[in-house]
Amino acid sequence: MSGAARAVVTASEWKLPDRGHVAILALIVAETAMFAIFVAAYLYYVGKSLNGPTPRDVLTLPIAASILLWSSSVTIHLAVRALQAAEIARFKLWWFATIALGALFLVATAREWYGLIYHEGLTIRTNLFGTTFYSLVGLHASHVVIGLAMLTTVGVLALRGRLNATHARRAEVLSLYWHFVDSVWVVVFFVVYVVGR
Amino acid sequence: MLAPLPALAVDAVVHTSNIFDPVSAPADSVFRIAMLVLAITGAIFVIVGGLLAYSIIRYRRRRDDDGSEPAQVYGSDQIELAWTVIPTLIVLALGLVTARTIYDVQGAVAPQGATRVTVIGHQWWWEIRYPALGIVTANELHVPASNEAGATPTFLDLESADVVHSFWVPQLAGKTDVIPNRRNQMWIAPREPGLYLGQCAEFCGTQHAHMLLRVRVHPRDEYDAWVAAQQQSAVVDPSVAAGRRVFESTACINCHTVRGTVATGRFGPDLTHLMSRDTLAAGAALMSGESLRAWINDPDHVKPGALMPAMKLDDAVLDQLVAYLQSLR
Amino acid sequence: MTLLDPTLEVPRSDADGRSVPSVLHEWVVSVDHKRLGLMYIASGLLFFLVAGLEATAMRIQLVMPDNDFVTPQVFNRLMTLHGTTMVFFVGMPIVLGFANYLVPLMIGARDMAYPRLNAFSFWMSLFGGILLYSSLLGAEGLFGGSAAPDVGWFAYAPLTERAFSRGNSTDYWNLAILLSGIGSVGTAINLVATTICLRCPGMTLSKMPLYVWINFVVACMILVAISPLTAAQLMLLLDRFLGAHFFDTQAGGSAILWQHFFWIFGHPEVYVLMLPGFAIASEIIPVFSRKVIFGYPIMVAATVSIGFIGFSVWAHHMFAVGMTPAGNSFFAISTMLVAIPTGIKIFNWLATMWGGKIRFATPMLFCIGFLFQFLCAGLTGIMLAVAPFDWQLTDSYFVVAHFHYVLIGGLLFTIFAAIYYWFPKATGRMLDETLGRWHFWLLVIGFNMTFLPQHFAGFAGMPRRIYTYDPNRGFEIWNQISSVGVIFQAAAIACFLVNVIRSLFRGAPAGDDPWDAWTLEWSTTSPPPAYNFETLPAVQSRRPLWDLKHPDDPDWRFE
Repeated sequence: MSGAARAVVTASEWKLPDRGHVAILALIVAETAMFAIFVAAYLYYVGKSLNGPTPRDVLTLPIAASILLWSSSVTIHLAVRALQAAEIARFKLWWFATIALGALFLVATAREWYGLIYHEGLTIRTNLFGTTFYSLVGLHASHVVIGLAMLTTVGVLALRGRLNATHARRAEVLSLYWHFVDSVWVVVFFVVYVVGR
Repeated sequence: MLAPLPALAVDAVVHTSNIFDPVSAPADSVFRIAMLVLAITGAIFVIVGGLLAYSIIRYRRRRDDDGSEPAQVYGSDQIELAWTVIPTLIVLALGLVTARTIYDVQGAVAPQGATRVTVIGHQWWWEIRYPALGIVTANELHVPASNEAGATPTFLDLESADVVHSFWVPQLAGKTDVIPNRRNQMWIAPREPGLYLGQCAEFCGTQHAHMLLRVRVHPRDEYDAWVAAQQQSAVVDPSVAAGRRVFESTACINCHTVRGTVATGRFGPDLTHLMSRDTLAAGAALMSGESLRAWINDPDHVKPGALMPAMKLDDAVLDQLVAYLQSLR
Repeated sequence: MTLLDPTLEVPRSDADGRSVPSVLHEWVVSVDHKRLGLMYIASGLLFFLVAGLEATAMRIQLVMPDNDFVTPQVFNRLMTLHGTTMVFFVGMPIVLGFANYLVPLMIGARDMAYPRLNAFSFWMSLFGGILLYSSLLGAEGLFGGSAAPDVGWFAYAPLTERAFSRGNSTDYWNLAILLSGIGSVGTAINLVATTICLRCPGMTLSKMPLYVWINFVVACMILVAISPLTAAQLMLLLDRFLGAHFFDTQAGGSAILWQHFFWIFGHPEVYVLMLPGFAIASEIIPVFSRKVIFGYPIMVAATVSIGFIGFSVWAHHMFAVGMTPAGNSFFAISTMLVAIPTGIKIFNWLATMWGGKIRFATPMLFCIGFLFQFLCAGLTGIMLAVAPFDWQLTDSYFVVAHFHYVLIGGLLFTIFAAIYYWFPKATGRMLDETLGRWHFWLLVIGFNMTFLPQHFAGFAGMPRRIYTYDPNRGFEIWNQISSVGVIFQAAAIACFLVNVIRSLFRGAPAGDDPWDAWTLEWSTTSPPPAYNFETLPAVQSRRPLWDLKHPDDPDWRFE
């Protein structure tokens, strides 16, 4: 580019991406790499357990729980839209619906684990299936727990009337994390309950 | 701290174990490709290093510099292209040669009459089994030499009883790791009879340094004689009956085998022909009555961290035991 | 453009009559990227001294066959601590510290995108290091070698499983690195967000200094590289504490799987450490050759392609584990491919010097040392990439020599270059040139004396990580030369320490721009104020200060 002079870009016309979005995407990339290793370990050890029980013996498709979790992606999306439109009441409704769905998912996981441990006798030390199953599903569940903690924090702030439309961008960043947790469950669902069974 | 025992000094003769002194087929292949790589990288070093040195000396700021800035050159597509394409061609050529050598070495199939040996890595010694011949020994591998009449390679199945080890006798072949829950394979076909030294090459715990390997390559007839001797059961020598009773009535037999006796342990080395070996404790000491005595008295002193326990035998009993062990030829 | 504002005063953030605790408190609670950067670097240098002492003890042990300076147990702990410390608590903190300090300044920002995350990340890394060394207090205490980990820095399974590693020594290793890994990922996220979102007006991606570009690529690599290690370490944690069987070979677990997971982290990690060295060289070589960097776009492209190829080469650490010929060939060739972009970089630095007017100030001396030594490291890297040759070389002293040429001959030399180059900016005082030269030449002699012979020890058949060797193998001579080299290295480091401490108090005043350089950090005061720039700069080219100094011949006409 040549020319005698070139206009200096002024601060007002200089637009860069939002740091919240960039940072959460970076976090998601890092988390994806971590889940990838757990998934790789799960797939590598499918069928390599030296003793039972096998996935076929004890696992059932967690369809209801999965629907609960995936639908929470819809509710959080609606919540963020409501906040952007400054409709705080609607935001609270969808936001708490999201929290409830996430919590129900955890309850379903807890019930599944209770059955596996107390009725099927499968623990993390039983065999390679137990080792990889509890680790992968547990790693995902721990992300749900962290997500719920953050959602609840925002929920409490909303109840105390401390939230308005200017916070929409932050809520959206949080929703990206929640969408990530939901999409990881798609992978876990297929790896553990479809391919691995 | 640990006074080295003078009596246990290892032989003073220097045995080379240099990778550039190969005496066996896989090591030969490696040697050839290594020479090619050294030539290529050497040439690159001379050219690039020379250019660097030239430009640093030629373009230093002179004493009479006028303080002006030199011409600013932002880049050149032609030059960039040149030094992208040339290295790419070198890499492609080298890659093909590499792949070929990999397939040559790894693709070798055992011919009829190849010797088959199973080598099992333990924390910190090598169990060596000849399944077809019924021989079990330790730390010293005996194989026949290949000659003009034909290659008589030895194929090794590598297994581990505990952690990861690596089998490395530089003059015979490159390393192959010895991994638990997995069976690896390698082969050697040494041309020249002699003694070749090697050792474990993957860190495997406290005594990784004293997990030495010896490979004795014999002419065919000598090898056959060794096999015949090893296939014998242990010598029964009435003059050392007292020592044998000690051996069979202490914990020795939990870990060691002496074929033809009640000792059938597998945790430690087979002692049936103990005295046919040059060294003790995977090369920690040369084999002798004196070193045997020191070793049994306190293994941890000879080889700190060794897993063999000290049996706390009193001197007289120890002498009897050593006498018995020395009878195991 | 208001880049240089002569009226701006240097705020004195130093002790100025205040008590030590209050100054200390100010640093501990700081979220300023410059202070955090300096603390990163200082902690790295501190650990560098510790790990250097460990190396010295090992060199004393190996100076003659059958030596008994340390027991095998202590040697294995020294070796593990040395490697772990140098990679995670020296290399990473220093590299990230420089990025922390320089990236915001170079892109004309006031701080990192997330200052508090930045502080959190730094302290996590430091606590990791402290946790690792608190293992020295456990079990048998200092003299007996303690509960320090003894499984090597890559901690191959199943040696790390409960069956072979009782007590908690391996857990110190595991948790210390887990903690510092969280810190590294935090800083990487921060660097990515900072680079993308906080550039000053006019600084498009193609106008970022190469230093920023390369550290951006490094931050992206950290995101993808550290997490697999974290995952594998979580698995090891589950194995060791909850009885899981990921790497438990007795329950069907795989020893190889750990190796894959570790090197999926471990090889990109090599580039994570080495690329910042390239970044430093890419700033210093042009300034001291008085020429613009040659081939900026292809330097960026080469960096990005190293970043990508770096993730497909990990199993070249595993040529001896018995992979299929196809697997070995793939990883051999993909590893060789790395040589192409790396070669391009060396050629571009060469072309940058070509036709320039080279000033041999200490930063440039270290860069020149880097160029030659890294050339050696690259070429021995090609030898190792040739899988059949690697069957002989892997796990031998040749590998030890190779990666010390990479990490000391390459990275450490550029780190010293960076310290001499940016010390005036950070402190307002110059480092002494005479001591700098002593430092450089002693280190060149000592480093090459220590590590060149180790190539030959490897050829002679000496495996790495042995605490002693027999006199009958021809290893002595190489080990003796190697150990003597340590004396020169120690003298070099002593010169450096004296230089730093003396210059902090009595160094010549530096001024804002002592090297007549071209990037934005030189447009503010030395040291920069907490807010970096009074008015945020706006740029038109990659060398904004060149434009300012040569209004008749600005860069943006040619970019």
